[in-house]
Amino acid sequence: MTNNAKVVELLKQISDKIDENAQFLTELDAAIGDSDHGINMARGFKKVVEDLPGVAEQDIGAILKKVGMILVSTVGGASGPLYGTAFMKAGGVVSGKMEINADDFLEILEAGIGGVQMRGKAEKGEKTMLDAMLPALDAMKAAGTADTRAMLDAGVAAAKEGVEYTKTIIATKGRASYLGERSIGHQDPGATSFTVILETIAEAY
Amino acid sequence: MVGIVIVSHSETLAKGVVEFCRIMAKNIPIEAAGGLDDGGIGTSFEKIMGAVERAQQGDGVLILMDLGSAVMTTEMVLETLGDDTVHMVDCPLVEGAMEAAILAEGGMDVLAVKAEAESAREVRKINK
Ligand SMILES: Nc1ncnc2c1ncn2[C@@H]1O[C@H](COP(=O)(O)OP(=O)(O)O)[C@@H](O)[C@H]1O
Ligand SMILES: [Mg+2]
Repeated sequence: MTNNAKVVELLKQISDKIDENAQFLTELDAAIGDSDHGINMARGFKKVVEDLPGVAEQDIGAILKKVGMILVSTVGGASGPLYGTAFMKAGGVVSGKMEINADDFLEILEAGIGGVQMRGKAEKGEKTMLDAMLPALDAMKAAGTADTRAMLDAGVAAAKEGVEYTKTIIATKGRASYLGERSIGHQDPGATSFTVILETIAEAY
Repeated sequence: MVGIVIVSHSETLAKGVVEFCRIMAKNIPIEAAGGLDDGGIGTSFEKIMGAVERAQQGDGVLILMDLGSAVMTTEMVLETLGDDTVHMVDCPLVEGAMEAAILAEGGMDVLAVKAEAESAREVRKINK
């Protein structure tokens, strides 16, 4: 069980982890994009942390929706509307809840990833964040919610494999798609940032 | 009159397209929504929202975008606004904007301007 105060704490931890990885994420984006993914994500989560006190007392759905709105307004790149939609959709499935369990967490992830698909119209294998997200969700569903530790570990392992897989494929969505064949050999920044976020959640559990 | 909003990752590019359209459309509401709030490269939900609100005179607004997050962020503005007279136009930015501006200036209605601007995709610059 996690309550709203723990979710706020977790968002701060995610923000710190994104900040620590900002340069790495930006370097990944330099290879196949426009060198801003880490900067974008760090700017967005910094603002999230600044604005959290205003919503910290609210239910988890409201907090997640607020995070989504902040990300849309501050991130600036494609990851803004994508992660923004993800958090807004995720908030929608836990509206009014002050506490969530592992089943809720899977629903949050599923709705969030559905939001990314709705917004970006990408599928598996297009070298995007979905290549970490979809396998992670599948692995966690397969692991089941009886053992939350095992579920989270399975998710992180699958997300990491997904990141490795993005090195082997051509980007067909997003800015990297303009590079065609030249995108092979590089891992996707968005898939990497999702893995950082999921790892932070797993470590905090 | 139909309003037009130009959304770009670059503030300079958005303003440039507006300047270019103004040559032949002196009276329409046309707004640039380029770059981040601090002038950096990217797209800003707030900037786009503000520009659409200023461009809306009651006859509808057409939004023309460059690529990627410009399109996705604009989509989110539309979902938030819930105004069915505001539309995104799927066309080459410069050609479509010029076409839309001229027709809006002429008093054409929003859906007709949208359809014409979208046909800018088919126009060749160099005839083979
Ligand atoms: N259509 C899409 N669907 C899913 N993810 C996408 C899409 N377009 C881009 N991305 C993700 O966004 C990441 C890039 O984010 P970022 O650098 O912040 O934005 P931008 O590409 O606008 O500079 C990519 O690594 C990819 O994972
Ligand atoms: Mg980028």
